[in-house]
Amino acid sequence: MATIALHSGVFDLDYTLEADRIAARMIEVVGRELRRRGVVIAMSGGIDSSVCAALAVRAFGTKVYGLMLPEHDSSAFSLHRSTILAKHLGITFGVEGIGPTLEALGCYRWRDEAIRAVFPDYGAGWKNKIIIAGGKEGSFNYFKLVVQDPEGRLLESRLPVREYQQIVAATNYKQRVRKTVEYFHADRLNYAVIGTPNRLEYDQGFFVKNGDGAADLKPIAHLYKTQVYAMARHLGLPDEICNAIPTTDTYSLQQGQDEFYFALPYDKMDFALWAFNHAVPSAELAHFLALPLEQAAFIYTDIVAKRRATRYLHAAPVLMEPVTEISN
Amino acid sequence: MQDVKQAVRQFLLDNFLMGSSATIADDASFMRGHVLDSSGFMELVLFLEESFGVKVEDAELMPENLDSLENIQAYVARKRASPAAA
Repeated sequence: MATIALHSGVFDLDYTLEADRIAARMIEVVGRELRRRGVVIAMSGGIDSSVCAALAVRAFGTKVYGLMLPEHDSSAFSLHRSTILAKHLGITFGVEGIGPTLEALGCYRWRDEAIRAVFPDYGAGWKNKIIIAGGKEGSFNYFKLVVQDPEGRLLESRLPVREYQQIVAATNYKQRVRKTVEYFHADRLNYAVIGTPNRLEYDQGFFVKNGDGAADLKPIAHLYKTQVYAMARHLGLPDEICNAIPTTDTYSLQQGQDEFYFALPYDKMDFALWAFNHAVPSAELAHFLALPLEQAAFIYTDIVAKRRATRYLHAAPVLMEPVTEISN
Repeated sequence: MQDVKQAVRQFLLDNFLMGSSATIADDASFMRGHVLDSSGFMELVLFLEESFGVKVEDAELMPENLDSLENIQAYVARKRASPAAA
């Protein structure tokens, strides 16, 4: 089988045409298939939700409702940038802090209890994040907990599986509560809910099931992150949005997506996923990205492993036998 | 001494191959056989630490230590013989 060459222009698109195509499809989906009147979008100030919001405005004009849903660990920049964007787009929006709801649910309490199992002194004034480790050095992927004490000292330790799962489960409350609020407004307005994953996130399962993974339509799930940035510039979004560095904005210490989940920063990971999808040999990827051969091979293995591990996140509820009357 | 291979085999059958009639050969890779993913290996580590009293160090999270029943048996034997090193 002939392979397609990997080169720096593989993400080139006619962005005018693509924006029009996505907007037309959104109208078709929301209006005719879902029979809703507009869309709700949660805006984080990051590139993905910003581009989705701008595309939604292109499709639905004023029938777009923006939501900012900060909690105790959210960066102040998130609300700042998303407010700039909402005003830039001229949409109606609401700001609803979800911190008290998360407190009532025990989100922070469950999380901190698991952190204290590893760092017993952890408490008020401390910050935390989870980072991925291993993999690249030939070992298995595993996670480390990083905490910062009130004096600014950083400490890290491998996270045992139970504590890791409890911290992730607790923080997943954040995405799930946000989605609950989004659907409240969607029901109130008879709107549909937009999900904002880019292709990397969608393909590699970087989302919370029934949290940010839940939506009625996902307008940019087919676009590589590099293309999302290019689309943002094409749509004339404010510089603060176009230049934002991707973070998870979920943990109190700033956490890059490549620290937590992906094997490489997004711009390189995009090329890796593209190359893998187009059967480009890993040696060619290694040469293109100036990576060691073993690292490129590991990245391909990791792409497959993440697809397999996150299949459950994509899966619809499984029936014990088909109910043919309501099958699509 | 408890049979490490048999205990780990039973742990994998009970927790990762539930209800399947699969068997696990002594030299079969859990990774290549899709028995364990990365979080599965972390569960395995916890099982080894709790069952055999060994402390698995970060640098020891390698396939040559953990990715088959016989590798695990040899690894646990090395740890017990020399608790300070793998």
